[in-house]
This record gives sequence, structure tokens and C-alpha cells, in this order.
Amino acid sequence: MATHAATRTLLELSGVRHHYGKGQGQMLVLDNVDLTLRENEIVGLLGRSGSGKSTLLRSIAGLLRPDEGDIRFIADAAGQRPSVSMVFQTFALFPWLTVLQNVELGLEAQRVPVEERRTRALAAIDLIGLDGFENAYPKELSGGMRQRVGLARAIVVDPALLLMDEPFSALDVLTAETLRTDLLDLWCEGRMPIKSILIVTHNIEEAVLMCDRILVFSSNPGRVAAEITVELPQPRDRLDPAFRALVDDIYARMTARAPSNPVNEGLFPGTGIAMVLPVVSTNALAGLIEEVDGAPFDGRASMADLADQLQLEVDELFPIAETLQLMRFAELKGADIALTPAARQFAQHTVDERKALFAQALLAHVPLAQHIRRILDERPSHVAPARRFRDELEDHMSPDYASATLTAVTHWGRYAEIFAYHEDADQFSLDDPA
Amino acid sequence: MIPISRGMRPFSRMLRLTAPNRADAIAFVLLAGLAMLVVRGAEGMAEPLSRLRVEAVTLDPAMLPYYALRTTLRMFAALFASLAFTLVVATLAARSKRAGQIIVPALDILQSVPILGFLTFTVTFFMGLFPGRILGVELAAVFAIFTSQAWNMAFSFYQSLRSVPSDLDEVSRGFGLSPVRRFLRLDLPFATPALVWNMMMSMSGGWFFVVASEAITVGNTTVTLPGIGSWLALAIAREDFVAIGWAVGAMAVVIVLYDQLVFRPVVAWADRFRFEQTASTERPRSWAFDLFRRTRLLPLLLVPFTAAGRLLLTLDRGRPAGLAAKADRGPGTLGNALWSLAVAAALAWAAWTIVGYVSRHLTPGDAVTAFGLAGLTMLRVIVLIALASLVWVPIGVWIGLRPKWAERLQPIAQFLAAFPANVLFPFAVIAIVHWKLSPGIWLSPLMILGTQWYILFNVIAGASAIPTDLREAAGMFGVKGWQWWRQVALPGVFPYYVTGALTASGGSWNASIVAEAVSWGNARLEAAGLGSYIAKATAAGDYPRVALGIAVMSIFVIAFNRLLWRPLYAFAERRLRLA
Repeated sequence: MATHAATRTLLELSGVRHHYGKGQGQMLVLDNVDLTLRENEIVGLLGRSGSGKSTLLRSIAGLLRPDEGDIRFIADAAGQRPSVSMVFQTFALFPWLTVLQNVELGLEAQRVPVEERRTRALAAIDLIGLDGFENAYPKELSGGMRQRVGLARAIVVDPALLLMDEPFSALDVLTAETLRTDLLDLWCEGRMPIKSILIVTHNIEEAVLMCDRILVFSSNPGRVAAEITVELPQPRDRLDPAFRALVDDIYARMTARAPSNPVNEGLFPGTGIAMVLPVVSTNALAGLIEEVDGAPFDGRASMADLADQLQLEVDELFPIAETLQLMRFAELKGADIALTPAARQFAQHTVDERKALFAQALLAHVPLAQHIRRILDERPSHVAPARRFRDELEDHMSPDYASATLTAVTHWGRYAEIFAYHEDADQFSLDDPA
Repeated sequence: MIPISRGMRPFSRMLRLTAPNRADAIAFVLLAGLAMLVVRGAEGMAEPLSRLRVEAVTLDPAMLPYYALRTTLRMFAALFASLAFTLVVATLAARSKRAGQIIVPALDILQSVPILGFLTFTVTFFMGLFPGRILGVELAAVFAIFTSQAWNMAFSFYQSLRSVPSDLDEVSRGFGLSPVRRFLRLDLPFATPALVWNMMMSMSGGWFFVVASEAITVGNTTVTLPGIGSWLALAIAREDFVAIGWAVGAMAVVIVLYDQLVFRPVVAWADRFRFEQTASTERPRSWAFDLFRRTRLLPLLLVPFTAAGRLLLTLDRGRPAGLAAKADRGPGTLGNALWSLAVAAALAWAAWTIVGYVSRHLTPGDAVTAFGLAGLTMLRVIVLIALASLVWVPIGVWIGLRPKWAERLQPIAQFLAAFPANVLFPFAVIAIVHWKLSPGIWLSPLMILGTQWYILFNVIAGASAIPTDLREAAGMFGVKGWQWWRQVALPGVFPYYVTGALTASGGSWNASIVAEAVSWGNARLEAAGLGSYIAKATAAGDYPRVALGIAVMSIFVIAFNRLLWRPLYAFAERRLRLA
């Protein structure tokens, strides 16, 4: 369902910017986002966590007001402003209301008379394939059925624009696939009153499968990094070479460095000790190295294949890959990840040799780890309170990010045995419990 | 008119559903009986005070059911007042940031204030409000119970309102639910389970105070309201051992009845509001609830509530909130400044009043005395909590690890916690008088008589919650003896123990007011402490010293909570919470 010029514009966003937090550690989550939504299209917002895509969705839903920028709904010929409605990742069902009552909620808020409310709710339940469950409570339903309730509740109010916030990510693979197909069928057959769908996802294949247009967001701050039009006809086939090529292309765009980033600083925001680091377990790092080192990849793998093989979503795979890149264990080239010689050695090493290699990489390439170790070396007592580093980080980032970053470095430092951390005293030290 | 016809519809639907059957008849008789009792009990309330003096309380067992009824009605009147207070005040605190800044800490402090000390003031106040009428005294008693119930309910409701899941909040805002609809659809249901639990706790605490508040002497005025408390006071004055036995029995019957007929059904009903995505395997059961449900009487019982909700909804005819109104708006700076100014002015006025009052009536020496006595009472509380812990923690763990026993004994422990321990005080007094024991030591256990059960039932709950795999692992590695207690049992029950001990210690402080000074006929026993200080000042009508005593006790309780229990609680939450 490609867009054609004649279709009406529903919504225009221009120059949307938004911050979280106040004063020091304020975080820019959305930077200068422009977006136009037209009738008859499914648009995907694709990005990693922290790219502000959920913030953007909530701004459109009217749940929060962005600091700057303009969100304009374009009224139709009758002067009717397009309405919106939302489907949540967590389903957001009221556990004390039955399926029917949940679906009726939005109509009740609009003061729709009881009879009409009932008729419309039953019609929506019927359309979404929930008949027979009208009187069930959400806790009696499986995840897939619950999300169907969420969907019925959203479409029963006849929104022009349906907003979906990672609607399938809390479901298992099979259920998600069924729901996706059902939704696409309803959409393609025009059986829903909806004019347009805006879907937030971090699943690249899902975006390519469903969307007519994909906006790829870069993270920290969230910006539209690329806009991709998907011309493949529906229904789409995941094994179609054109489909695979598009998926690979998007992986490549998502790993591409912004031109301003210095080489090998990785893709994490901030520089030096102010770099925001993701909490990634050393087991996951070692696991990814072993996976890429072994057959069939032999040191180089396409990110899309890896994600398939390991059943990892972009949000899980990318932080691991990028941490490896930061420590020079891997390099992201296009849509591929390639291990460095150090990583291939790492894969063959024993536990102690691995730790030594990891410690070297950590001290050489992670400035915060370097910094903590240096302070501990300089102090005669070889002890430093964690509070000190947390404060230092909070000068550059929000408290949440500071805490995550310090947790990540603590975990890596403990594994590498370059310093110890005591939870009760909340301090770093050089002493070895052995 | 539309609203009326709308309000009528559910009625007709229910009438059609409630076709009579045998279970209907049983439930009907139960309910009719209950209704009769309410009517009879309420009749006596608006009579003149002179009647009260003529129709004095007698120790005739035939009158005991009537007295028990009056006492129970006072309890429920106070409970409904607490509920109304909770819904209004806690909602206000959660909705308005400014109001919340004052209400929340106020509730926190009121939770720790010794309620028994209030009696003096409230009785005088309400008697002045309705001179010469029983109603004034009744209201004073109800208010005394109210002050023991309202704060924790309001606090729990406030906390629930503040922790409404963000996705449900977004749905409500996204659909533009009006404030009333949002309250009925989201806030109230979400807060219900915690509120019901706190109402139960409040009821348990309330029995203690209803007994203490029915027969009180303030200065020269002695007021006795028909009720179990007055019966007990009279029995003590006449040294009538059998009458006390009757009172204990009546109390036990009343507590079992209200538990089975009111609270268990309510808990079973409130289970549907629990915010969980998976159906729990163990649902609270209640035969009375099943009966009501089987007879389809449940909707009928809930009519007052559903009708009130429906009325609110029909009255709520405002336009749906527009999209623009949904985004948050920051408070105005001018408003904030005015508010701060008003608060500061009120504070200054209050401080000035207190200083003026205190300087006129009290000397620094009084404060020193009060603090010294508070130290003595604190010593008692600490020793008693320690002793009770030594006894009940091992027993609680033993019971908790045996599901069969836990199932049977848990309700008994909860019953004992609800049973007003002051009913049992005379027995202790007789023993002390008989063996000529030292009141300073042997009156102390009375303080913890009613509150120790909180430690027991919390520890039982904690021990049952220790995961089987941990116990199996401990068993496999041969962890035994002290090591087992140190590394398995104690860390496992600790968070629960802290909750129980916190409640027990707060309750013990409160109980000291009645436990440190007791009498049996003409024999008066007294233990030096802050509790007896307040009791004596109350009996003498010495308001400044009552106020001083209450203030000092509040300070001690709050300090105890802040400096000991909260840090322990935080530690338990951080390190020892399983899963």
C-alpha cells in the first residue's frame, strides 16, 4: 500500500524537542524531529531504547507536551480533527474490568449511550476475534488474547490514527506473528475504520514486514537518522531476497557512526569518562564472541543473521556488539560484525587468560574504568567511595544513566579483577577478597 | 428524567436474577437479624444524658448481647467515618501537591500518636457540643475509635493513589476520563485491596480503644456508655470475677462474628481488584461470601456502593476532557508563593499558641520528669519486644515451615491480635495482688499482651514464604543448627519480622497508658512510666500534663520509628527481600 500523492495529510510534526530531568544531568531525548503522517499508510518508528520514539508517540497521543515544536492535526473537509488512540506494550488492561468493560472504557469516557456502547464494543470484539471472551477478566487470558483486547479497545473509538507502542514485544514469537498477520489482514482488507497506523518498534523485521515507511531513529538524542520507503507488496515474505536486503540495509544504517563521532569511540553518547555505558553482562560479551568465532560465522557475521540465530532483539544485540566494539573486540562494518584478532584469541583462552585480556582491554579503552583504577592507585588507602564517581558522572548525565554506567563498569571491573566493590560500604577498593 | 431511569435499571435487573432458593432463606434471616440489631442499637443513642444516669450499666448477663451490640455499632460507625475521611483526605493529598505536602507528614505522625491520651480532650469537646445528651458522649467514643483507625487507612489509600500503574494512567488520560470516572474506574479499584487490609488492621486495633473509651473519668465527670467496656469497668470496680469471664466470652464471640460475616466476605470480594496479570492459585475464601454469591445476593448487598457510584457518574456530566487539557501544566509561581506564605503564617501562629500555653502551665522540671518516665517506658518496650521476639520468632518459624499448622494457627494469631488485651488485665492484677509481686516489673508484660501476636503472625507469614528450593538446598548441603538459623531462617523472615515488630512496638507504647496503671476493686497498681503519668493526669483533669505526656510519647515513638525500624526496614528491603 504505497503512498500516493493524492492522499490527505493527517498530522504534521515540526521541530519537536524534548528533555527529561531538570538542571544538571538534563537529557535531550528528542532533537528536532519532523514527521508527516498521511492517510493509508503504516509508518514505523524504529530505534533503540533511549531514542525517544516512545516519547514522540506520547507527544502525539497528547500524554505529554514536548518542550519545543509543533504537533498539528490537519482537520478533514468536515472540519473534524483526526482522533488518536493507543495500544500499549504492556496491554494496560484494567484487571477488575471484563473484556467487554475494558473495550467500552473509551466509549464511556465519551458519554456514548449504553445501548450504542454495547453494540459498538461487541462489533469490535467480534472484528478482533475475541467473541466468546466478552465476560472474561484479563487475568484469565493469554498474552496474545490480552493484546487483542488492547487492540479492540483502541479501535472501538474510531480513531483516525492508531498509535502502537511496541505492541508485540511482550509476546512470544509465535503469538506475535499471528497477531501481526491478523492486524495486517484487517488493515489491507480495510475492515478497520483507521486511516493510518504509527507503530514504534525495535524489531527490524517487524518494521519491514508491516510498514510502508520506516523512520530510523538514532539514539541520545533521538533524531530521524533515515527514512526508508518499503515498496514490497503485501503480504511480504521474510525469505524474499529483497526483504533480506532491506533488513540488512537497515542494520547497516543503525550501526553507522554519525560523521561527528570520532573513530572507535563507539556509538555511546558522551566522551571520556562521561560516556554513557549500557549494562551488559560479561557472559553475554563472551557468548557473542564465541558465537561469531565459531561455525558457521568464523569471525564475521551479519547482524540480521545473528539476531535470528540468537533470538535477540535489536535492543539486546546492539549494546553487546557495541560494547565489544568499544573494547576493540569487534568491529561493526556495514550490516556485519567482525571479530578482531584479540577477540579470536579470547575465544580460545582459558578463564584466567580471558580475564587478563579483558582487563587489558577495559583499562585501555573504557575511560571510566581507567579513571577509577587510577584514583585507587593514587590513594594510599587504595579505597574510594562510589558516591564520588556517581557525582562526577551526574555532572554529565542524568542520575539514571549515571547509575547504569557505574553498574556496568563495576561489573566489568569485578570480572577483570582490576578493582573490587563493596555494596554495604558503597566503595571501590583494590583489595582482593582472596 | 434520564438520571432516575438510569439509576433504576440495575434494580430491575437484579430483582429478576434473585429467584428465591434455600440458601436465600438462610442469608435473608441473617441479614434481617442484622438489620434489626442495627435499628435497636441506634434507638438508644439520642436520649438525654439524664436517662444515662438512671439506666446505669448492670452486670446482668441478659444485657450483655445488647452491650456487645452497642460496642460493635460504635466500631462500625467509626469505621465508616474513617472510610469517608480516607476517601476525601487521601484523595486530596494525592491530587493536590500542596495539600499533600501537609497531609502526608501529618498522617505519618498521627499514626504514631498515643490515641488514648486524646480521650480527655474529645470527651470534653463533644459533651460541650451536645450538652446533656448521650449523643455527645457517643460521638466522643466513636471519635476516639476513629482516631485509632483513620490514619493508616488514609496513608495506605494515598500510597495506592500514588502508585497507580503508569500504563493504566496513560489509558485513562488518553481516553480523557473525567476525574470522577477516573476515580471510580481506576483509583478506587486499584486501592481497594490495600484499603481493605488496612481496615481489618484498624478494626483489630479499634477493639482495644472501644473498651477503653466507653467508661472514662475526666476530672469530676464519669461517663459510662452501655457497652462491653463499661461492663468491664463495673466488673473491675466490684471485683466480680465471673462478670469479667462473661465479657471475655462476649468479646470473643463478637470478634469471630464480625470476622466471619463482614471481613472475610469483603476480603474475598476485594480479591478481584488485586492488580496482577496472572490468576493466583490461592484465593482468599469465605463461606459467607460464597453464600452471598450463590444466592445472588451480592449485588443487593453492594447496592449502596454501586448506587453511590452510579449517582456520581450520572452527576458527572461535564464534557470529556479535551486533548489539550491532558498535558501536564506546571503550578503557578504566584500561587506557590501565596501557599508558602499561608503555611508559614499558620505555623507561626501554632508555635506562638503552644509556647504561650506551655509557659503558663508548665515548668522545665515537668519536661524533665516526662522525659525521664518516657525512658523507663522505653526500657520496658525494648525488653518486652526482645523477649517476645525470642519466644515467637522460633515458634513462628516452626509453624510457618509446616503449611498444615500455619493454615490452622494463622487465623488464631490474627484473632489474638484483634482481641482487646485490656479485657484480660484484671486477671494479671489479681495475680500480682495475690502474690504481692512488684508492679514496676510485673505490670510490664501487659503492654505487649495484645501486640505480641503481630510478631507471631508476621513471622509465620515470612517462614511460609521461604522458597522450597532454598530449604531443599540447605537440606542437601547439611546446613543445620545455628548456621541454618543464621543463613536460612532469620534472613528469610527478617523483612516480615520488622513489619511485625514495628507494629508491636507502636502498639505497646499506646498500651502503656492503660497497662501501667490498673485497678481491681480498691486495689490500685501503678508502674512508674510515661503511660501511668498520662493516665494519672487524665484522671485528675490536668490538661497541660496530658498534653505534655502525649507530646513526649509521640516524640519517642516517632524517633523509634525513624531511627530504628525504618533503617532496618530499608536494609531488609534492599538485601533480604526474596524475589
